[in-house]
Amino acid sequence: MHGLRWKIAGHALALLATVLVGGLLSATMVRLAPGFDADERELDPHLNAQSLQALREARHHDDNIISFYVDYMKRAAHGDLGNSLALGQPVRTLLRQRLPLTVQLLGIGLVLSWSLTSMLALSAAWLRLPTYDTMATAISGMLLCLPAAVLALLSVLWNAPGAIAIALIVFPHTYRYARNLLVKAYSRPHILAARAKGLREARILFWHVVPVVMPQMLALAGVSVSMAIGATIPVEALCGLPGIGQLAWQAALARDLPLLVNITILVTLVTLLANSSADVIGSMFRRQEA
Amino acid sequence: MSFKKLVALTIILVGALLAQATAQGSELRFCLHNEPKTFNPLQVDDDAAASIRYLTGGVLVRLNRQTQQLEPELAESWKVSKDGREISFHLRGGIAFSDGTPFTAEDVAYTIRQLMDPALHSPSGDAFRSDNGNIESEVISSTQISIRFPAEVAGLDRLFDQVAILSRYSAKKEMAVLGPFMVADYKPGASVLLKRNPNYWKKDEQGRKLPYLDSILLQIQPNRDVEMLQFKRGELDLINTLDSEYFDKLAATWPQVVHDAGPSLDSEQLWFNEVAKGPIPQYKKDWFRSANFRRAISEAINREDLSRIVYHGHAQPAMGPFSPANKFWFDAKLKPTIYSPDGALKSLASDGFRFENGTLKDKSGNAVVFSIITNAGNKARERMAVLIQDDLLKIGIQVNVVTLDFPSLIERMTQSFDYEAIILGLTNVDLDPDGEMNVWLSSAENHQWNPQQKTPETVWEAEIDRLMRLQASSSDPMKRKEAFDRVQEIVVEEQPFIFLINKNALSAVSTRVHGAVPVILSPQTFWNAERLTVSGN
Amino acid sequence: MSLRRILPFVLLALVLSASVAASWLAPAGYAKQYREAIDAPPSRAHWLGTDELGRDRFARVLYGTRISLLLAPAAALLSTLLAALIGGLAGYLGGTWARMAMAVTDLFLSLPWLFLLITARALMPLNVSPLVSVLVTFLLLGLLGWTAAARVLCSSAASVRTSDFVRQARASGVSGQRLFWVHVAPNLTPALYAQFWISIPVFILSEANLGILGLGVAEPMPSWGSLLKELENLVSFGAEPWKFVPLVLLVLVVTSFQLLLSKQEEGTA
Repeated sequence: MHGLRWKIAGHALALLATVLVGGLLSATMVRLAPGFDADERELDPHLNAQSLQALREARHHDDNIISFYVDYMKRAAHGDLGNSLALGQPVRTLLRQRLPLTVQLLGIGLVLSWSLTSMLALSAAWLRLPTYDTMATAISGMLLCLPAAVLALLSVLWNAPGAIAIALIVFPHTYRYARNLLVKAYSRPHILAARAKGLREARILFWHVVPVVMPQMLALAGVSVSMAIGATIPVEALCGLPGIGQLAWQAALARDLPLLVNITILVTLVTLLANSSADVIGSMFRRQEA
Repeated sequence: MSFKKLVALTIILVGALLAQATAQGSELRFCLHNEPKTFNPLQVDDDAAASIRYLTGGVLVRLNRQTQQLEPELAESWKVSKDGREISFHLRGGIAFSDGTPFTAEDVAYTIRQLMDPALHSPSGDAFRSDNGNIESEVISSTQISIRFPAEVAGLDRLFDQVAILSRYSAKKEMAVLGPFMVADYKPGASVLLKRNPNYWKKDEQGRKLPYLDSILLQIQPNRDVEMLQFKRGELDLINTLDSEYFDKLAATWPQVVHDAGPSLDSEQLWFNEVAKGPIPQYKKDWFRSANFRRAISEAINREDLSRIVYHGHAQPAMGPFSPANKFWFDAKLKPTIYSPDGALKSLASDGFRFENGTLKDKSGNAVVFSIITNAGNKARERMAVLIQDDLLKIGIQVNVVTLDFPSLIERMTQSFDYEAIILGLTNVDLDPDGEMNVWLSSAENHQWNPQQKTPETVWEAEIDRLMRLQASSSDPMKRKEAFDRVQEIVVEEQPFIFLINKNALSAVSTRVHGAVPVILSPQTFWNAERLTVSGN
Repeated sequence: MSLRRILPFVLLALVLSASVAASWLAPAGYAKQYREAIDAPPSRAHWLGTDELGRDRFARVLYGTRISLLLAPAAALLSTLLAALIGGLAGYLGGTWARMAMAVTDLFLSLPWLFLLITARALMPLNVSPLVSVLVTFLLLGLLGWTAAARVLCSSAASVRTSDFVRQARASGVSGQRLFWVHVAPNLTPALYAQFWISIPVFILSEANLGILGLGVAEPMPSWGSLLKELENLVSFGAEPWKFVPLVLLVLVVTSFQLLLSKQEEGTA
């Protein structure tokens, strides 16, 4: 028990360290990229020299990235996540306002995409009909070839919820992996033998196939969370959904350092949690199988 | 009266009442293309915030966007002193802010104090700052105020069109407004809802209170494709600035909704980097600093094709710094540049350039190759760059087109000066050239081709400096025009900006909207929002 | 050979031959602007009509094939190899190595790479040749596109590592290297082929998106990604069916790739 507590504490510390490193790396990337010091307002001919100077000095405030980040962590420890440069509002307020919508979008989108993936991949592996497999491949291929912006625009055109666009963006990525893993699992000699002996399909699936592919499927599920997060950017921007994806895009265009650092930390945390959970549950399946 | 007649009369009355209700109430819906950065009217520096300020802010004088004449608004009358340093307003009495707080001259004095606060760095405030020194407001009575500036301010009264009056005493601060609408709800990233200001002072000619609309819903949508979809589906009532490719497609099925108000004040231009410290090879700097080279490039660009192909005919070739739509200030003596690749080659030959085997080379044998950068996402500019690339290839010049994200572009343009040529545009241009002092003065920041010169590096830039200061210090409109006409002629001669086209003001207004008269000055379609009505939402 | 293998092979061969013969099939080239025939529908002179600058769309599809069909699979191969190396090895080695590798992978998944790409553009001269620009773009895509597959491969490799037959092989003295290449690696093929196949269209589309950062194919050179971006306009105004040809072609090519690779995808038990 004592050992388990230390193990959990170790994992938590590793997670925290990775998240903080992610924040620092993203701050560095934003700071070093050209355009950090540039402000669209500099092109306004009405502003006089003093105002332009003040504008530039305000942006130079975050020049030293290490001191910015240390300062940020000190304030974050007290719940102050800083102020957005682009929107002039506290980052904490912005995240709190927009997080529920993105969580809902991601949740529904992922459930839909995985339902479609499981249904098509299982039936492709189960039935092993070449025509069916080709059709499923063509459908997922077509969705892969459509730009995410087009899928988002189609969802606006057909008044479909943004979650459907997310599902259709993620589905073709997960389908191919899932289909291949399941086909390979079904082609194992002992599965073929079990089928030949007339064992019920449900029993074969749940007792012999699922445990084998589960670790990889879980890894895929963990990764699909990152894919879905990436998909929220075009979907929210085009469907006019005020979520974190839309905020991230605005922040990137404006080189809004405080907002970008916070969003990166949030995304890193979610990614790590999703993938770590997938790893832990996957390893349980491996031990079971062994 | 028989029962049948009674029923008929009732139906007629109810119908008339319903028609009145639907014609005189209801909600107008359109898009803002970016998130408003502020609701403080003194700090407005983006289009979305400017639109909200226009609809909610009460101003002392209003530039009528249709007639382009100044009209009394919160001020019944005003007077500018002969020396152009003082302006006195006689205000309307009995007016209140949206929360009921009375409006007096003290509010005007308070607004001016806030506006001129150096720490605020307000663009509308900077427009008043013709010299260092304090601006003094004298409240003569509750309806009379006089404001004195340290030096003459050209076009002083027009500048007050951009100054929305704040309440000195209201607890709601900048949310207490004097305009026809007030901010009722703001959903970040989604929409801004404006509702009728119940205390709005204005009435129509029949004595009915304005505005007619109950509310205006402003949806935040940067994507033009989505905006178009929503308009076609009837979810939006107007598109304030319509892209030319959408204009023709909408016109094909729905001609009554599209409006082309003619050439706007906006322009698109190309310029070369003439900054001495720019990190580009010296031989290229020599090309770009030659007026002959710039004139040749200008001659080699087919502006008719730019208008026809990129803007589908909804633009005119530009002749100079100001559009002909600016009737008073445009120099009518200017002539359009004739497209002539042969003429261009002749001009280049006089600078020692040679056209050999399809390649243009300078006198040192360097092939003429340069890049044009522009901002990604602006389809019109990207297409113009490719057409210009093709035009210049005909005279042996190889152009590389690079589209960059806006911050990177600005950084190259204003800080590193690491670019060769750039295509950008001027939008929301002021009618009065004084608004562009910071573009034409050689010492200024926005003198884009070679900013912040300690002393003018060329004779013609020194002359432009002199003329711009002359027009800024004169109160005689004809003397000012004479000076600025000369500025325009010098610019056309020297081509520091190669002006390409003046876009037309295009918009779309649903047939549900009544009273809209699209014009060229911003805001094109809702400049008279207080008199618009919408039926059958 | 079944029809399922012949048809895709023939299609791919046709597409590749057409792109090689582009200068013969479309002698005017991809850059010539027919300024009197802007956005024209298909005709005898222009089989797929012209684009918004009067350039022949058929020529642009043909020439775009060269760029996209050559470089996207190359970048996909690079990302697949990186995923196999990092994910596969980490899963095989297990323990702290796996945890560290996966932590780095998760970081890679979360970082805003947009800014690295902006910096990459800034480091390149503005007058870089279009070919160098597109090569750098696909190289960057290959170097950044391995992360999702690495995680799945790590899990696959870990499953194989802990399987009975590998334990038996280890117990009977098979060396680590032989164990990895002969027994573990072949069982990673389902995920590897999936990664390769998915990456091709993803990189083709990503190249066009990187145009907003000044990367990707420079005008007037065409690519399938830039041709597919046109579809964004069509949503507002409904179909001009000939503009869907690049999409249909890409779907056919991608499906053909998959059908040809399907036997290898399933791997060995």
